[in-house]
Amino acid sequence: MDAKDILGLPKTPLPITQEKKSRPQKDSQRKPDGISREVYALTGGLAPLMPSIDVSQLKRRPPSDEKITWQWLPFTSSARKDDLQLYHWARVVNGVPPTGDYSFAKYNKSVDVIRYTDEEYEKYLTDPTWTKEETDQLFDFCERFDLRFIIIADRFPTSRTVEELKDRYYSVSRAILIARAPSPGEVAGHPLVKEPYNVSQETERKRALSMVLSQTKHQERKDAEVIAEAKRIAESRMAAQGVEEPDLPVTSDIGPENAEKAIGHGDAISPSNVHVPSAAVAPSTSILADNTSTLASLRMLRVYLRTYALEQMVQAASSSAGLRTIKRVEQTLQDLGVNLKPKVPTKAVCAEHLELRKEILTLLNLQKQLQYKEAEGSSFRDGSYGDMPGTPKRSLRAADQDRTFVPDTISFGGERVGKREQKRKGPGRVSETPSSPAHKRPRKLKASDL
Amino acid sequence: MINSSSSKKHGTDQQEISGPTAKSQRAQMGKPEESENKKRLKDVEISVPIVFGNAAFWLGKKASDYQSHKWTVYVRGATNEDLSVVVKRAVFQLHSSFNNPTRVVESAPFELSESGWGEFEIAITLYFHSDVCEKPLNLFHHLKLYPEDESGPMSTKKPVVVEFYDEIVFTEPSESFLARVQNHPAVTFPRLPAGFTLPPPVPIEDESKRNRGDTKDHPLSQWFLNFSEADELLQLAAARQQVQAHIAKLRRQISMIDGQNQQLKPPSDQ
Repeated sequence: MDAKDILGLPKTPLPITQEKKSRPQKDSQRKPDGISREVYALTGGLAPLMPSIDVSQLKRRPPSDEKITWQWLPFTSSARKDDLQLYHWARVVNGVPPTGDYSFAKYNKSVDVIRYTDEEYEKYLTDPTWTKEETDQLFDFCERFDLRFIIIADRFPTSRTVEELKDRYYSVSRAILIARAPSPGEVAGHPLVKEPYNVSQETERKRALSMVLSQTKHQERKDAEVIAEAKRIAESRMAAQGVEEPDLPVTSDIGPENAEKAIGHGDAISPSNVHVPSAAVAPSTSILADNTSTLASLRMLRVYLRTYALEQMVQAASSSAGLRTIKRVEQTLQDLGVNLKPKVPTKAVCAEHLELRKEILTLLNLQKQLQYKEAEGSSFRDGSYGDMPGTPKRSLRAADQDRTFVPDTISFGGERVGKREQKRKGPGRVSETPSSPAHKRPRKLKASDL
Repeated sequence: MINSSSSKKHGTDQQEISGPTAKSQRAQMGKPEESENKKRLKDVEISVPIVFGNAAFWLGKKASDYQSHKWTVYVRGATNEDLSVVVKRAVFQLHSSFNNPTRVVESAPFELSESGWGEFEIAITLYFHSDVCEKPLNLFHHLKLYPEDESGPMSTKKPVVVEFYDEIVFTEPSESFLARVQNHPAVTFPRLPAGFTLPPPVPIEDESKRNRGDTKDHPLSQWFLNFSEADELLQLAAARQQVQAHIAKLRRQISMIDGQNQQLKPPSDQ
């Protein structure tokens, strides 16, 4: 369960609803429309928002006939159990000191901790995990510390968690209440009876809270990623409408699980661990999601043309590819002598066509990979950008010889490959960009040698 | 949880679910948009191969400025079978310069002949019988009057013909539809779920009594193009083989280079 679920926090930030409350109040005090603020002010206008100090009020207080003195006098407070006499300044009117209790004594509230008798304990309150002494001590502490369980837990002789103490206290009080009540109905309204203390929930809640509070920024971001991913998967699953993809549920389950493990262990699991599964989940689910959602939307149409369906499937399959890649796919199809749009689009032909396109995409990706790896290789050999000694040139030659059979535009027709290589720039020459211009000429010679 | 509809989808292939379970599932899933008597088969599709296009004859001497060609736009079954088994009517939307540009054809063969001089896009809307599909389907065809090779002579005998092959796919067909067309040559009948039986078809009326809607003996039939999927399949298979071979080769090369790079990597890297 997500920490935010346990706490009942909304996954998206709460909307700011407070602004609405203050607005109507302000509205009633606005000036009327139609005349400018300054003009309205001439007529007397609105009251200023800040109450100004009414000077007349200050001075007008009539001199009282009483004689007031302030005296340093002792006092007692009913809040105190001893007879301690403290001193304070008291306002004496006509020689009469103030009467009555210390004015702050009324604030000395304390909790009504229910005390049980021994018989009651024997009858209702025995518990395998609590001894009578412990329970007695707990109740003493509760009274002393006004149910401040953190403090009670600190001072408790045997180590008990706050939740355990609370649980014992509340269940005992509840049992006593119910036992002493003349009829169950009378106490049914009592909050203790109505809502008993739930230990497991509280423990969970606190654990989740501490997790949320102790999350580093990094983990926060990971969490947001996973939640967004889960939402996307859920949405695409809904779009697929019952079209089963066994891969989808499995991968999406793995994702959040991994994330949770990472959260649980904190720094123990390196971030890369969490990142990899979610990264792996992302592209595969997006492609699968595209496919299944295309199929689903086609089904919803009830009637469609096979060519339209093929178009949609091709789009879905190439959704992750850029425009240049798509153009290259089409060029490859042409080179292979295949119609870009099948002339006889039967079910079988369309399926084959789609598969062919996907395979060409794979092919182009592999080519790119190969180029990068070769570039990597040559940069390792060089050590620095600059002169390329003889050996690398030769090995590049070997690589190039292979590559002449697999250029970006596949020459299946057996055209003059060498010439082609010369003309083209850009991707085909990636591995050689580190070389200085001086080497371009030797390159050309080599190509034409083939 | 309904788990028996665990059909895996490969491309456009669809597997079926067993008959009785299918019905009870549908009842459980409670598809809101259909009444119980229109039982539909989920994961089943039925297709009708069609060819649509036009044939245009140059009028030669009889041509005037505004009427240089006589053309016919049509939709026919790919094997020239009668499409009226599924198509109720076809509506051809012509260029606004035509009188009554919306032409409705209520019976097979679904075609429209006109004369004119210009090439424009014609929108063809096919309306199906109510047990087939409630929604109509749109096709678009660009009328072609002039031959590709502009320099060549125009003949009044040989028409300019442009045709396109396509297939109308109906998803989740109703039982009644399937029952009605189960033996009709115009329709590509799907494989039904195992053990599923259809009610027997309504006996077909005597062919001669009905107006023939097929285009087998159509006046233009000699110009109809042939569409064979075999050639295209062969082509595609060959292409795929080549691509797969290249992929394998690249993979070998990549693993080779990977090996080389591993040895070359300076120790400070990684």
